[in-house]
Amino acid sequence: MGAADHRATARRVATREALGATLAELAGEGLPVVAVDADLAGSTTMQRFADASPTNKERLFNCGIAEQNMIGVAAGLSLAGHVAFTGSFAVFGTGRVYDQIRNTVAYSRLNVKIVPTHAGISVGADGGSHQMLEDVSLMRGLPYMTVLVPADYAAACSALRTVAHLPGPAYVRLGRAALPCLYNEGVDLEVGRSYLLSEGSDATVIACGVEVNEALVARDLLAAEGIQIEVIDAFSLKPFDADTLIASVRKTGCVVVAEEHSVYGGLCSIVAETLTATASVPVEFVAVRDTFGKSGSFEELLAYFNLDAAAIVEAVKKAVGLKRI
Amino acid sequence: MDTTEIRCTANEMRKDILRMIAQAKSGHPGGSLSCIDLLAALYFGGVLAYDPRDPKSEGRDYFFLSKGHVAPALYAVLAHAGFFPREELMSLRQLGSRLQGHPDSNLLDCVEVSTGSLGQGLSIACGTACGLRLKGRENRVFVLLGDGECQEGQVWEAANFAAHQRLGNLIAVVDANGLQIDGPCREVCDAGELGEKFAAFGWEVSRTDGHDIEALVGLFTGLKAAGGQRPHVVIASTVKGKGVSFMEGQAGWHGKAPDAEQLAQALGELSRNGVCDG
Repeated sequence: MGAADHRATARRVATREALGATLAELAGEGLPVVAVDADLAGSTTMQRFADASPTNKERLFNCGIAEQNMIGVAAGLSLAGHVAFTGSFAVFGTGRVYDQIRNTVAYSRLNVKIVPTHAGISVGADGGSHQMLEDVSLMRGLPYMTVLVPADYAAACSALRTVAHLPGPAYVRLGRAALPCLYNEGVDLEVGRSYLLSEGSDATVIACGVEVNEALVARDLLAAEGIQIEVIDAFSLKPFDADTLIASVRKTGCVVVAEEHSVYGGLCSIVAETLTATASVPVEFVAVRDTFGKSGSFEELLAYFNLDAAAIVEAVKKAVGLKRI
Repeated sequence: MDTTEIRCTANEMRKDILRMIAQAKSGHPGGSLSCIDLLAALYFGGVLAYDPRDPKSEGRDYFFLSKGHVAPALYAVLAHAGFFPREELMSLRQLGSRLQGHPDSNLLDCVEVSTGSLGQGLSIACGTACGLRLKGRENRVFVLLGDGECQEGQVWEAANFAAHQRLGNLIAVVDANGLQIDGPCREVCDAGELGEKFAAFGWEVSRTDGHDIEALVGLFTGLKAAGGQRPHVVIASTVKGKGVSFMEGQAGWHGKAPDAEQLAQALGELSRNGVCDG
């Protein structure tokens, strides 16, 4: 499946870096991609797409600080036959423009890819106003919307490449934090699939985005204590790969869900919805608990909001303990 | 069609609009009647390029209905243009109908995009205008907005963008009937003279009587041929409920269906007004 686990190497890259690079590649391959941003083309890396060639330059539309218009312009570009990607930060690129995404993009089933960056607490010091923790919940509730949450740079490249070739609306969650590379470059991850990164018998940890790396760190910490966990990367949240989760849970008998997102409406909810219909096992959540973010470094915030490997270790022990009751 | 024929077709479409809203027992007659002459001029005055047998033909001009609540007017003009049978109009708002309360582009190929949440059509039109230009195509993009709708901030984000992008292939038409749900626009939240606002953003502005078919066809034809470096807006002065005496100028008829008696009276007025006698 291409999971190589390069955490030991020094290379750490943010998933947002995949955006400009992948758009430039896709344009080079002849796909009619256009990028639409709202005064954050440098931060989202869409500017790198534009800078790659004179043709690309004409294919980046900077709307200025006008996110609502950004979504509408992307919608219109898609209607003229282009594959439109929208930028800005996740807090503005999904939340501020929820109605534009709902009523124009999703309702009309347009070929628009919502790919803002700086999702979750990875924004860091900018604080709660900029830390989007409800985006997956918003996007997943929309009919026709595909939702992918890549765990590293290679997964992000694959996600962007995949949605570019998939007709219809899609959301790809991209972050600012530099993350260890887990997958081989060029990996081809699929819509509707989760990926089993590590096998174990005592507990299932299903994670997405930045939490996949934390889960792998937790796996090593727990192994030292004799607890063997399965780690699943829930790359595709919608459609969701119920089979991989259920097969794992049948083996381990308990599950911990980890996401850098509100406990409401994202992967925690998806797992609960899935298991309600199929299996009765202890489920523990590692997620943000009905609160806004705050200023701090990404690493500090991971610990503060109990999203780090240590929190996953505790949650696994709790879930394993509940199995025995 | 010549001007007389267009006028008569618009009159017939007024009747269709009222029949379908009455049948559905809900819908938006006021704005549908105020904008129907604008649509008639665009579709039957030789302005818009379209092919009812091939709604997605590459050579077509794009028309976006930003004020999606006047769907009955759009459906009437699309039916009269031959995109679907007129009989289907009576299915408006029924379960299973392609004619949803607000236009749904997934159900009708001849509807470019779903609308209904106000303020979004101008942005979409901007995007399509950019997209056509990228492809080196000469097709034009028309978009119809309401004057009340221009209270939406997104309209002005798009106005700014269109001028910045020099979208000479974009023509916006404002159905300025002066009324919105809660009353006169200038009393609810006065946006002032809209032409001046568009001009301030760098648009070329025309003002016209939105019920003068001959003037509308002439104006639209000229604007379509002009192109150039600036987007163009037509501020069309209209009368809400135009053509039905008891609906004209009444905000109360924004979103209310006529009952059987009112329908009969309205259809009688439209049959006796002499428009189709020529």
